[in-house]
Amino acid sequence: MPEEGPDAAKAEAVGVAPDPRSLPDHPVLVGLIEPFEDAEWALSSGQHVVLLPKEQLGEFAQAAKAAGFEMAADVTAVDYLGKRRVRFEVVANLLSVEHGLRIRVRCPVPADDTSLPSLVPTYPGANFFEREIYDMFGITFEGHPDMTRILMPDDWEGHPLRKDFGVGDVPVQFKEANKVT
Amino acid sequence: MTDTQDRKTKEIWVSGTEEPDWPGPDYVAHATDEGAQKMKLHETGDRLIEQLGIRIVDDVLYEEEEIDEDDRMIINMGPQHPSTHGVLRLQIELEGEIVRRIKPIIGYLHTGMEKTAETLTFMQGTTNVTRMDYLAPLHNELCFSLAVEQLLAIDIPPRAQAIRILMTEMNRIASHLVALATNGMDLGALSMMMYGFREREMILAFFEKTTGLRMNNNYIRVGGVAADLPDGWQGDIEEFLETMPLRLAQYDDLLMANPIWLRRTRDVGVITAEECLAYSITGPSLRATGLAHDLRKVAPYSGIEQYEFDIPVGQRGDSYDRYRVKVHEIEESLKIIKQVLETMPSGDYKTDDRKVTPPPRKRIDESMEALIHHFKIYTEGFKVPEGEAYVAIESPRGELGCYIVSDGGSKPLRMHTRAPSFANIQAIPIMLADSLIADTIAALASLDPVMGDVDR
Repeated sequence: MPEEGPDAAKAEAVGVAPDPRSLPDHPVLVGLIEPFEDAEWALSSGQHVVLLPKEQLGEFAQAAKAAGFEMAADVTAVDYLGKRRVRFEVVANLLSVEHGLRIRVRCPVPADDTSLPSLVPTYPGANFFEREIYDMFGITFEGHPDMTRILMPDDWEGHPLRKDFGVGDVPVQFKEANKVT
Repeated sequence: MTDTQDRKTKEIWVSGTEEPDWPGPDYVAHATDEGAQKMKLHETGDRLIEQLGIRIVDDVLYEEEEIDEDDRMIINMGPQHPSTHGVLRLQIELEGEIVRRIKPIIGYLHTGMEKTAETLTFMQGTTNVTRMDYLAPLHNELCFSLAVEQLLAIDIPPRAQAIRILMTEMNRIASHLVALATNGMDLGALSMMMYGFREREMILAFFEKTTGLRMNNNYIRVGGVAADLPDGWQGDIEEFLETMPLRLAQYDDLLMANPIWLRRTRDVGVITAEECLAYSITGPSLRATGLAHDLRKVAPYSGIEQYEFDIPVGQRGDSYDRYRVKVHEIEESLKIIKQVLETMPSGDYKTDDRKVTPPPRKRIDESMEALIHHFKIYTEGFKVPEGEAYVAIESPRGELGCYIVSDGGSKPLRMHTRAPSFANIQAIPIMLADSLIADTIAALASLDPVMGDVDR
């Protein structure tokens, strides 16, 4: 499926629309966003979301850690093949136990340049999550100490959670099908 | 001799002196191949830091000394080992009896559930997720349902919420009982294993009565729960609430002051709160370090904020504290269950939004509309508005998160589960570098990983 098609504009709407109400009012969030001019804040189902160019992920992680977000609770990716112009999106959930806050950082990753800065230097706990993303989507992280497959066998071909990777099936034989009732 | 055979032979012969690098994707893997993930004899830089777990606190740094290579060996524990709680494989570099490096290798139970979820409707989704963490199936279902409900923006009736809390807290007790039981078994306290499974049986019997199944219940569904509680459920719960404190006292008699137990668990597998946060470790392991972070208090879900309970914490972050935290969490869960029993609201056990939950059987005979709704739900499923949501709940093992992206259809575009065990496995190198090999089992058992949750 082409990444730019007639449906692309409509599909773009799957994302979150910037909402003026969503501007962060918490002092920690305000301080965090200020240096990042390209970052966009939004509210998605009542949760704080930051849309960030992928090159700035490493910097943003450092700023977030300094602002009190101690934990990378979750890092994952989504394949928007045929839904959006930019195919992949890496989604990192940062948690601040100290402030009781949670933000979701979303970085669009184009299909022809699937590489972005790793969170591991800042959040060592992102290690397994990033390996899982590499395994499942083929997105690589620069600065990751051990960019190998984690769940699939080492000699596996392809990246299973990509939308163009088939689910696979086993033909089922219904034994009773040929019997005349 | 072909190239492959040559390489294979060479690798066998030079093993231990010159480890060849991974030869590339055209290399034919054979059955005993350790693959690209394997631990090499000489590793430097970031990989070594990662395997030693010294990125954050260098409490495990030891004096670099010249060690004769003959004194070190790399051994595999697992994937088939009774104490790894499933198919977990640990590569351990030993120097005598001391573990110098340790590396968890996972993926043996990977069944692609996140891919499967993309082919199932939102209604079928709970059937899938319930098989992930097989010791806490109801938590998986609750997490998935909450995420979908967040996108649907529907309200859940109070009775359904109370039933959800009742069932998940029962499940937490069952899961902790298995953790205590297997922890006991791994350290030679076989009575603990039998006691733990005996009490868990009471909970599973109640689950069977309520949901029809002992495990993989598929009971908590989007919009509520699958069925109301059975008649006389209060009696079962009361009996359980009476029995359980007595049994907990038995466990304490058995383990708490037991010198063998103490010496095998005290100051074993120590981890600090700072390390836990850096390595995304949550749940009882985090609370055993003294940090009272429990999502039931921090981000209450399903009305759990109405009930009074405390968060047990430890002090030292060792195996013993993790065991104590689990015992105290059972007590707190009993408190919650008692309050749910006393305040169970009446009303519907699922939402009456007919676009989401099927109508009652009786209505189908009377109403055309009900028939249409029934047909639509069971063929096409219900549609979920476009958007994405991440919902996290406190599972027995830590933060269980569900990230759902919907494109407006009846199947999720992406369903990701933030599995607590998957992140917690990262604690193994931190806990165990420079400890005795016998402590590996004690620390691993107290971490309580469930491989179904790790590999999904």
